Amino acid sequence: MTQTRGFDPNTVRKVVSVRAPQMVAWEVFTGKMGAWWPLASYKIGKAPAVDAILEPHVGGRWYEQGDDGSICQWGSVLAWEPPSRLVLSWDIGADWQYDPTLKTEIEVRFIADCSDRTRVELEHRHLDRYGAHRDKMRAIFETEGDWGRVLEAFARTAAA
Amino acid sequence: MITYEDHVFDALGDPTRRAVLKRLRAGGRSVREIAEGMKVSRPAVSQHLKILKAARLVTVQAAGTRRVYAVDKRGLESLRKWLEGFWDHTLAAFKAVAEQEATKGRKL
Repeated sequence: MTQTRGFDPNTVRKVVSVRAPQMVAWEVFTGKMGAWWPLASYKIGKAPAVDAILEPHVGGRWYEQGDDGSICQWGSVLAWEPPSRLVLSWDIGADWQYDPTLKTEIEVRFIADCSDRTRVELEHRHLDRYGAHRDKMRAIFETEGDWGRVLEAFARTAAA
Repeated sequence: MITYEDHVFDALGDPTRRAVLKRLRAGGRSVREIAEGMKVSRPAVSQHLKILKAARLVTVQAAGTRRVYAVDKRGLESLRKWLEGFWDHTLAAFKAVAEQEATKGRKL
């Protein structure tokens, strides 16, 4: 997770320090995803998304729920080790469709810094599995250029 | 003016080329290996690879007498850059909500 591990072009790593106990960080991440995931901009269903849900066990689904009750799967739970480690697959393809063969992986570790702080380390790996898709994906990201701005606005609102 | 993006779109606009790229997802392959099981001839596959290479979607390396084609990893840069920004924003939103929850917990 640190820079000393060297650069891996197929992996994106992020670290965030949160002023919250490890159990709270775990519960918000896994149990209240709908409260912080940027659903306004990151979703795949046709219906407006109202929640993001992780089924709390290995093999559980990771999905968004639309306001019409529809469900669109994003991936599944590969490891479930409360309150310290979570591995998810993210199987959304370039065409914004669920593709269970894609399986990029997101590992999240929750490390207690002291009683009231948690270091959250996130690793999104196997990006090369986008292989054939990557430039098409970039085209989508860039044509939906407002996405970045929406996310910024969301982060500002959430932090206010 | 024809841009790099135009080349990429042209390259990906063809179903056979997308199929070729998909076959390379698992690792490098020779023209013969790529053509195996496909409904197009080997020369046709070579022609598609040429276009994919021009669009910087594949690389080619000589391994003895074989020429091995692989997905061009440099193409991942844009995806990485986008994901970096995506996770920065998403984790910032997570941090805000988690800290709010922690504050609530302290007040109880």
